[in-house]
Amino acid sequence: MKFGVITFPGTCDDTDAQLAVGRVGEAVPLWHQDRDLHGVDAVIVPGGFSYGDYLRAGAIARFAPVMSSVIEFAHAGGFVLGICNGFQILCEAGLLPGALLPNTSLRFVFRQVNVEVCDRNTPFTRNCPPRLSLPVKHMSGRYYSPEPVQVVLRYAAGENPNGSQDDIAGVINTAGNVLGLMPHPEHAVDALTGSADGMTIFESIRAAVGDRVGNGEGR
Amino acid sequence: MHARVLVRPKAGILDPQGQAIERALPALGFEGARNVRVGRLIELELEDAAQLDQMCEQLLTNPLVEDYEIVEQP
Repeated sequence: MKFGVITFPGTCDDTDAQLAVGRVGEAVPLWHQDRDLHGVDAVIVPGGFSYGDYLRAGAIARFAPVMSSVIEFAHAGGFVLGICNGFQILCEAGLLPGALLPNTSLRFVFRQVNVEVCDRNTPFTRNCPPRLSLPVKHMSGRYYSPEPVQVVLRYAAGENPNGSQDDIAGVINTAGNVLGLMPHPEHAVDALTGSADGMTIFESIRAAVGDRVGNGEGR
Repeated sequence: MHARVLVRPKAGILDPQGQAIERALPALGFEGARNVRVGRLIELELEDAAQLDQMCEQLLTNPLVEDYEIVEQP
């Protein structure tokens, strides 16, 4: 299967995302100015500082040409995973509810955290163990939503790094095909660097796409 | 025309920048400042002021977490 990985000006985690998805499928680089998604089966919106985080994190990336195609792809049921800045972009684009505000500490946080997988019946978490060890590295990760949301990942008790509402680390849309999370699964793909737990998210997506193909569904 | 857009965090949204400033003021001997909130000021010149609300809703602010106020100047 083909995973598209978007690069915006200022994206910095696209290379790790390509390497991670390359272990379970084919990584297809997608350029911010190109509307063509090149027939990918899933889209990864990776982390970084798209457009310098000017105005608000994700506010400008949302209007990139590639995002109009990603929005159409998501509305058609395609799987979209937003990681860190990608999560911020998906919220700004309206594909996910809520917003990501500056950390209560006003500091950039960079640490390994334990994350509880509170919903393992999603296309993104079906192969995950109950708990993942993943790194976080962000300045604006304080999730906030005035409305109830479908929470998929929570920081383990006492490990909330940013003050997010109800320890939320990741949420999914109501249709169940768009997930955003602040921790970085693409940086946790090898035990050599502390954890390989992140791979289970990419393996989940591959399995979910495999089921769709097996059922004769398009994407 | 020239316009200023004042953007501020919505009431009820925690503003850690405001809190940090509120804590810093007494350290310099300035007592009695409360409810410090930090937003941003966007200044722009434009032909058609009618579009300004849409600009604010779609890009200049995130209406979920921010309020804005437009101050128009001729």
